Amino acid sequence: MYGKGIFKGLSVTLNRFWTTYTEDIRWLFSGKKRYFNEDGVKARAGKDTKGIFTVQYPEERLIIPEEFRYVPFLVYDEGADGRKEVRCTSCGICSKVCPPQCIWIVRTNDPNTGRPVPQPAEFYIDADICMNCGFCAEYCPFDAIKMDHDFEIASYDRNVFNLDKLLKPAAYYESIRPLNAARENEARKAKEAAKAAKAEAA
Amino acid sequence: MATPTPTATLDLAACFPGAVSADARPGYKGWIIEKDKLVEVATAIRDELGYDHLTAVTGVDYLPEGKMEVVYNAFKTTGGPVLTFKVQVPRIDPVEVPSVTSVWPGAEFQEREAWDLMGIKFTNHPDLRRILMWEGFEGHPLRKDWKEAFYEEDAKPFKSRWPEGRHVMAEERSPFKDNITFPKDFDPEKWVPEGEEALYGALAKYQTEEDGLKTDHIVINMGPQHPSTHGVFRVALTVDGETIVSLKPVMGYLHRNHDKIGERNTFLQNMPFTDRLDYFNSMSNNFGYAVAVEKLMNIQVSERAEYIRVIMAELSRIQNHLVFIGMLGNDLGMMYTPALYAFEERELVLDIFEAASGSRMMCNYFRFGGVVRDLPEGVLQKINDLVFERLPGKVDELDRMLTENEVFISRMKGVKVIDAENAIRYSITGPVLRAAGVPYDIRRADPYSVYDRFDFDVAVRQNGDLMDNYLIRLDEVRQSLRILQQAVKQIPAGPVMPGKPQYQVRVPAGESYGRVESPKGELGYYVVSNGKPNPWRYHVRPPSFVNITALEQMCIGVKIADFIAILGVIDIVLGELDR
Repeated sequence: MYGKGIFKGLSVTLNRFWTTYTEDIRWLFSGKKRYFNEDGVKARAGKDTKGIFTVQYPEERLIIPEEFRYVPFLVYDEGADGRKEVRCTSCGICSKVCPPQCIWIVRTNDPNTGRPVPQPAEFYIDADICMNCGFCAEYCPFDAIKMDHDFEIASYDRNVFNLDKLLKPAAYYESIRPLNAARENEARKAKEAAKAAKAEAA
Repeated sequence: MATPTPTATLDLAACFPGAVSADARPGYKGWIIEKDKLVEVATAIRDELGYDHLTAVTGVDYLPEGKMEVVYNAFKTTGGPVLTFKVQVPRIDPVEVPSVTSVWPGAEFQEREAWDLMGIKFTNHPDLRRILMWEGFEGHPLRKDWKEAFYEEDAKPFKSRWPEGRHVMAEERSPFKDNITFPKDFDPEKWVPEGEEALYGALAKYQTEEDGLKTDHIVINMGPQHPSTHGVFRVALTVDGETIVSLKPVMGYLHRNHDKIGERNTFLQNMPFTDRLDYFNSMSNNFGYAVAVEKLMNIQVSERAEYIRVIMAELSRIQNHLVFIGMLGNDLGMMYTPALYAFEERELVLDIFEAASGSRMMCNYFRFGGVVRDLPEGVLQKINDLVFERLPGKVDELDRMLTENEVFISRMKGVKVIDAENAIRYSITGPVLRAAGVPYDIRRADPYSVYDRFDFDVAVRQNGDLMDNYLIRLDEVRQSLRILQQAVKQIPAGPVMPGKPQYQVRVPAGESYGRVESPKGELGYYVVSNGKPNPWRYHVRPPSFVNITALEQMCIGVKIADFIAILGVIDIVLGELDR
């Protein structure tokens, strides 16, 4: 019969239409909130998601996975007297590996000897050129530059980030990437222990 | 299905004494053909040796040696490894090489590209115009002595970044500054773009006047801003009523000279740039580039990484085909419902990409020898849930929704896209070739990675019409699910990257052509290394670009509405078409 296929197809659409209501009613009766609520967002991104699928940004937000990467930032440890101990040694690996070459580093020189000091005097990332590839964080040997989770950087001006803007505390890093931070801390501790053992043996 | 081929013993030099010699440079393979004998030998290669499918044609500028080279990669549609042959000419203008379009018409656009970017003139080419740059552009940008507007240095990393880095805005370095000033006497009202004459000249002229009525053919332009061209793609067409008489695609609106950027980058730096080719399938793009460079470096990929690669590439194929089916509805005037249903599933796949690689679309997940990181906790379970519990049902749902719809069928069935013979001649690859009845899938014909371990069928359809082009995507999604279900079960434990991560890989001198079956067809990378940190030549053979070589062939005699559907089923993505 002509038109059978159309009705068969429309049954799919109708089914979807009904499900948006039945799902909402089901959530209502189960006493849980489907919207503006983390559980609801999680359920909508799960394998059994049915009904309304959209997430109403910015009131609702998708759960960002740990590995999510956006424009990098520099990590500093908080010293005893509140000093910022910048992990970066200005070795320049990140600026060399950067595919669009959006990192500029000026090395610090000791004013007396003229020899380089392992700390950046200036550090620029042109976030408008950055392609968020994550190479800098991947190849940094000092865990000093990491990819951020904050993707809302729209502004009226050019986004050229300097050291002030880039530096963020290690606690922030641990809050956005707990697993990675724990793994790296452990590796660093093991390395220091090995170094200490070696020094003792010598 | 891969048939044992006599390539190992194939001695082209003995077959054509005096015309062919072996390429003896270290790291190079293949044969060098005398320029004057090219067409003759090419015909024999096609007819007598059976290499009926010429996939990649590209030029290489060997500036220090004072030579230009054209490299051809031919395959048999019955399967088997590559036959590479080359022509070398002195680097003195005009650089002339005979065109092989009379043997393989599919070389047409690729030769035009080589002319445009390299300045290699192909004699006897039917329509040798610029293709990616505009007509009237000065110079040939891929030549090694050509410098672009933003030129800083020949190779990255640039010296001005460290240790005395001084930040300069990109627009400061450009001679056009922020690019909003016009020449003094420029009047947009009176401006006629250069090169348009050549374009319209290439269209077929009005010839017949059948019934004594004086009628006229109309030239119309579709695009570059047009909802049905999937991006900034333009076609100039001559129509007789609503029937297409002649058609010329115009592209390059999104051209950024990916090849030149690639030659400036180090080998590793190219990886995130490949994401931006076919932005729907960055995983497949990464895959192809990794395969090409690993071939050159001669390294082994760890077992677990191979499985992760296959899983990612197949998930990528599934979401690409689902979106294809959804968007096909848009092309046919069935607005958005199927597209949005497809996008739901795509979102779930992208969630997996994001969890594993850190980005939904610009994944940058592959490295030479493996992948960036192992799948984070829970991701394998998520993939498992999707491929066993969710996606099979959802594919069936799309199938139920569209396949039997009478309106859909009447638009799709019997509208010829291309037949098998022409599809091979025009170097078409991917679903469009298989829908025409040629069971040619690189995963089977020339297996790479661990594809030889999975049990799956090469989807093939016989009619080569729009309907088959739609159905084959459904078939392929189902086959991909089969591969995924096996891969998820078989995936071994182990490391995903051998050794310490290196940001400066050592690539020995030589050439390699690596190719994978991307969702849109054969995605090939031709890489030449001279032992330095940057590739000497980096060329992408994008399936979208080569597949539309036959666009005119496909569309002559069809209605404009069907042309939009045909362009839809070729599944072009401008990111890789224009590069």
